[in-house]
Amino acid sequence: MKRRLELWLAISVFVLLLAACGGGGEQPTETTESKPTESGAPAGPVTTVDPATAATLTGKVSFDGEKPKPRQIRMDAEASCASLHKEPVYAEEVVLNDDKTLQHVFVYVKEGLGDKTFATPSETVVLDQKGCVYTPHMIGVQVGQTVKILNSDPTTHNIHPVPANNREWNTSMSPGGSPLERTFPREEVMIPVKCNVHPWMKSYIGVLKHPFFAVTGKGGTFEIKGLPPGEYTIEAWHEKLGATTQKVTLAAKDSKAIDFTLKAAS
Amino acid sequence: MARALAVLLWLITLGGIALFSGRHGWFPETISEHGPAIDAQFMRTLVVVAIAFVASQIALGWYVWRYREDREGDAVYTHGNTKLEVGIMLVVAVVFVALAALGQKVWAQLHLQDAPADAVQIEVTGQQFVWNIRYPGADGKFGRTDPKLINDQENPVGIDTKDPAAKDDVVSVNRMAIPVNKSIKVTLRAKDVTHSFFVPALRFKQDTTPGLVVPVHFKALKTGEYEIACAELCGLGHYKMKGYLMVMEDAQYEAWLKDRATN
Amino acid sequence: MSDTSHAHQVHAAPTGFIRKYVFSLDHKIIGIQYYFLALIAVFLGMALSLIFRLRLAWPAEHWPMLAKIFPAGFEGGPMTPEFYLSMLTMHGTIMVFFVLTTAPQSGFGNYVLPIQVGAHDMAFPVLNMLSFWVTFVSMVVMVAALFVEGGAPISGWTAYAPLSALGQVAGPGQGLGQTLWIVSIAIFCLASLLGALNFITTVLNMRAKGMSLMRMPLTVWTWFTTAILALLSFPVLLAGGILLLFDRIGGTSFFIPAGLVVSDKVIQHAGGSPILWQHLFWFFGHPEVYIAILPGMGVTSQLLSTFARKPIYGYRAMVYAVFAIGLLGFFVWGHHMFLSGLSPMSALVFSMLTLTIGVPSAVKTFNWLGTLWGGKIRFTSPMLYAIGFVSLFVSGGITGIFLGQTSVDIPLHDTYFPVGHFHLIMGVAAIFGIFGGTAYWFPKMFGRMMNETLGKIHFWLTFIGVNAIFMPMHTMGIMGQPRRYAQSTEFLYLAGVQGYQVVITWAAILTAAAQLIFLVNLFWSLFKGRKASDNPWEATTLEWSIPSPPPHDNFGGKIPVVHHGPYEYGVPGAPRDFVMQADPPLKLGKA
Repeated sequence: MKRRLELWLAISVFVLLLAACGGGGEQPTETTESKPTESGAPAGPVTTVDPATAATLTGKVSFDGEKPKPRQIRMDAEASCASLHKEPVYAEEVVLNDDKTLQHVFVYVKEGLGDKTFATPSETVVLDQKGCVYTPHMIGVQVGQTVKILNSDPTTHNIHPVPANNREWNTSMSPGGSPLERTFPREEVMIPVKCNVHPWMKSYIGVLKHPFFAVTGKGGTFEIKGLPPGEYTIEAWHEKLGATTQKVTLAAKDSKAIDFTLKAAS
Repeated sequence: MARALAVLLWLITLGGIALFSGRHGWFPETISEHGPAIDAQFMRTLVVVAIAFVASQIALGWYVWRYREDREGDAVYTHGNTKLEVGIMLVVAVVFVALAALGQKVWAQLHLQDAPADAVQIEVTGQQFVWNIRYPGADGKFGRTDPKLINDQENPVGIDTKDPAAKDDVVSVNRMAIPVNKSIKVTLRAKDVTHSFFVPALRFKQDTTPGLVVPVHFKALKTGEYEIACAELCGLGHYKMKGYLMVMEDAQYEAWLKDRATN
Repeated sequence: MSDTSHAHQVHAAPTGFIRKYVFSLDHKIIGIQYYFLALIAVFLGMALSLIFRLRLAWPAEHWPMLAKIFPAGFEGGPMTPEFYLSMLTMHGTIMVFFVLTTAPQSGFGNYVLPIQVGAHDMAFPVLNMLSFWVTFVSMVVMVAALFVEGGAPISGWTAYAPLSALGQVAGPGQGLGQTLWIVSIAIFCLASLLGALNFITTVLNMRAKGMSLMRMPLTVWTWFTTAILALLSFPVLLAGGILLLFDRIGGTSFFIPAGLVVSDKVIQHAGGSPILWQHLFWFFGHPEVYIAILPGMGVTSQLLSTFARKPIYGYRAMVYAVFAIGLLGFFVWGHHMFLSGLSPMSALVFSMLTLTIGVPSAVKTFNWLGTLWGGKIRFTSPMLYAIGFVSLFVSGGITGIFLGQTSVDIPLHDTYFPVGHFHLIMGVAAIFGIFGGTAYWFPKMFGRMMNETLGKIHFWLTFIGVNAIFMPMHTMGIMGQPRRYAQSTEFLYLAGVQGYQVVITWAAILTAAAQLIFLVNLFWSLFKGRKASDNPWEATTLEWSIPSPPPHDNFGGKIPVVHHGPYEYGVPGAPRDFVMQADPPLKLGKA
C-alpha cells in the first residue's frame, strides 16, 4: 500500500516538476522578443559613396500656426535641480526661432537607400544630463554607434530609454560617475528617453542604419551630405507636431534645398 | 565563562535601554493632530516591552550566573507548575489585549471616521519616482482622468480636459502645500506600482496601491516644510522618491495655489 | 500500528558512491545534503548582505574588486541603486528559503527526526531524495538569476506585484531575473510539500513502541508542527507564484489592475489586484516566519534541558505553545498589510490576533527560564548558542508588540524597525538554533566532536556582533528610515541615520569574518575532531542510544521500545543523573 502511494506521489511530483520547467522553458521567447535579431554590424558589403558623385540636401523646417506658450518646468520638485537654475526653465518641445523656424526636428532619409549598408562611425555621440535637462534634446546615431551618456549634475539620474524596437534598459547614474556607453542594434525613429526621478526630462534618440540624418538647430536648418544619387523619401519628425515627408530626386553632385512646414496641432 | 556571559547579557540589556532612551535618535517632532496619540501609544507599549525585556534578560543572566554546574546541591527535579503557567498566560493575555485595545482608538479615528465635510481635498498619485499632487481648483471637484492621456511631461495623471470639472485642476510634482489647522482629505492613488505615502512628521503612512483609491485624512498643526518619503519598495529610485509637504498659513496657501494654476 | 510493517520496509544499505552519497535514500545522508546546501546558501546570502551594506555605509565609494565580478552593477563607478536592490532581494530570498527553511527543518529534521521517534528511516525515502534534489534545482535556478542579463530582480523577497509582474519596464532585473526567481520559488514550494508530507507521515506512523505523542522530544514536536505549516502554506505561495508567472508571460491579469501607466507606457492588463498577491504571499509568508523559528525553539528546548541537567519546564505547556503559535500563525498575515489598503476594520481584528501570539511566546520564554532555574548548567558551546537563542528570541520577539498594533505600526511599518525585529527573531535567533543544533548533533552525524574553544570564540563574537548589527536598527526605524533605501542621504530628516549605517556595516563585516571560525571548526572537526562516544552529552533522546555515526538503518534492525519521557534529567533515585528514553523502566520506591 505504502509503496504504491509513494510511487504515485513520485509520479505526480515529476509531472508537476515538468510543468514548472515548462514554465521556465517558455522563458527564451521573452528574451528573443526583447533581443534584437539584427546585429549592429552591417550584414553585406559596406557601401562607399563616391565623393565625386555625392549630393547634398539642405533645407529648413518652419512652423505654421499660433506660437504656443512655452511650458515652464517646475524644478522645485527636486531642490538640487532647482538650485542649478537662476532663470525659469522651459520645456524644449516646440522651440521656435525668431523667423518661426523650428528647432529639434529630426530630418532623415526614410526610403530610397535600398539595402545599401554603411560603416558604423567610430566617433561617439554625447548625451549629457545637465541642470536636470538632457543636452542636446535630440540626437541621431547609426545602428551600433556608441552613445556616450554623461551626468554633469550633482544628483542621481536614471536614464531610461523606452524603445519599441530595441531592448529596454534603465540605469542609475550617480553624480561624478564615469559615463555610460551604449549602442542601439536596431533602427528606430524615435526612441524616447526618460529619467524617472525627474519626469520632466525627456530626450529623443533616432537610430538609423545609414548616416543621412540631421537635427535642426538655431536656424531651423539642416544639411545632409554625401548622399549617393537617387530618389529618396525624406521625413521631418517632431515630437509634438508629428511627421511629414517629401520625395526628392538627387542627381550626381546635386545640391538641393527642400523646406518643410509643420502645422500646429489643432 | 558563566559570569562573563551573564554580564554580557546585562550589557546587551543596557544597550537596548540606551537605544530606546531617545538620546541617540527619536521620532521627528510631530505636527499632526493625531500624532501625539500615536506617540503616547508607542510610549505605553515601550513601558510594557521594557519591563518584559529587562525582566527576561536579567533573569536569563542571573540564572546563567547562579546555576553553574559547579554550584552546590542537585538540579531541581521538576516538570513545571501548571498554575504558574496559567497565571503567566492570563497576565500576558490581559496586558497585551488591553494594550492593543488602547491603541485602536487613534486608528479608528484615522480610518473608520470620514474626513469632515469641509476638508481640503487633495489627490496624491504615486509614480516611479515622484509624487503627483492634484488640487481640484475652485469648483472643489476633481476632473475625470484617463490613463491613455497620461504624459509625464504635461499631464502626469491623465486629466481629461473635456470634462468641465477638470479645467481648473492643478497638478504639482512633489510639492504638496496644505493649509495649517485644517482637515485635509487625501485621496491616494498609484499609477504604476505600489508606493507608500509616508510623512514622518505627520506620523502618517499609507500605501498607494494601483487599482485602489484610498481616502485618508489628517490635520497639520504647525507650518513649515516637511519631507514626504516613499515607504514601499517601488524600483531603483525608491530611496529618492521624495516630496515636500509645505504646511502654510491660509493666505500663503491660496497664493501658492494661484501661482501653480497659472502654468 | 506501524511496527508490523517495519521488517519488509527496511531498504538495504547501498554500496555504490552515487546511490550512497548522491541519490541516497537514507534520511541521514539527505539531512546532511540539505545541511551543506544551506551552508553554501548562508555564506552566499551573507556575502550579498555585505555587498549591499557597503553601499549603505559609503554610497559614493568605488569598489573595483566587486566591479570586476559584477561589471553591470558598478557602471559609472559607485554601486548602482538597482544593483543594491538586486543584492538585497537575493539576500532575503536565499536566507529565507534556502537557509532558514532548509537547514533547521529539512537538514536537522531529516537527520534527527526519524531517529528520535525510533524509525529506521522516513516514511517515503524516495520522496525524501526527490525533495532534496528538487530543492537543489530550485537553488540553481535562483542563483542563475544573479547572472542573467539585467541582473537579479529588484523587487525584494516579497516580490510585490505589480513591480514583480510588469517585466523589464518596471526596472532592471524585472525581466528574466524576476522570471527565474518565480520559477525557483515555485520549484522550492514543491520540494517543501514533499518534505512536509514525509515529516507528518513519519511522525504519525513510524514511532517506536512506547513513543507516545507526549513522549516525543520537543524537537520532534516543532518539526512536526513546522511540517504542517509548510503543508498548508507553501501551496498558497505556489499558486501565487504560478499566477504571477502567468501574468508575466501568459498575458493574464491576476495582480495587474486596469489603467496602469509605467514610464508613459500604457499597460494592457485589466482586472487584477495587487492586494491579492499580498494576501497570497503573506498567507504563506507569516507561517513561513514560524517555519524558520519553530525548529530553533525545539532545538533550544532540547539543549537547555540537556545542559541544565533538568527536565524541560512545563513540557505540556511547551507542546501546546508550539501548536498555538503554529495555529495563530495562520490568522495574522494581515498585520503585514495594515497600511496596504486593507479594510481598517479587519486590521483591528488582525491586530488583536497578532498580539495573542505574545501569549504562547511568553509561555515559551518563561519555561526556558524555568528550565535553567535550579539547574546545573554545563556551558558547552551548544548550550551557549541555546542561551543566545533565548536572549535573541526575547529581544527580537518583544518588538513585535509595537508592530502588531495598528496605530504604532503607522510610523514604524516598512522602516528599519521591522528589519531589526525580524532579523533578530527569524534571522539570527533561528541561526543560533542552527549553530546550537550543529554543535550538538555534529558528534552524532560525523562521529567526531567539534572543537569547543573555536565554538566558544565563535559564539562570543557572533552574539556580540548580531546584537550590534540589529539592535540599532530599531532606533533607525524610530527615526523613520524606510527599509530598502539604497542610501540614507537623500532626506534631511534622516541626517542622524548615516552614522548608524557605518557602524552597522562595520559590525556586519566583523560578524561575517567571525563566521569563518565556524567554517574552519566545522571542516577541521570533520577530519581531525576528537572521536565522539555514543552519548557525549549524556543526553536522553533516542539518537544518543545508538552509535555515532549511526548505522544505515539507525537501530541495527532492533527498533527500541520507549519507556520514558524525553527529558528525564536529575531523576531522584535513578542510577545516573539522566534516564534515557529507551532505558528499562525505573524501579523506584515511590513508583
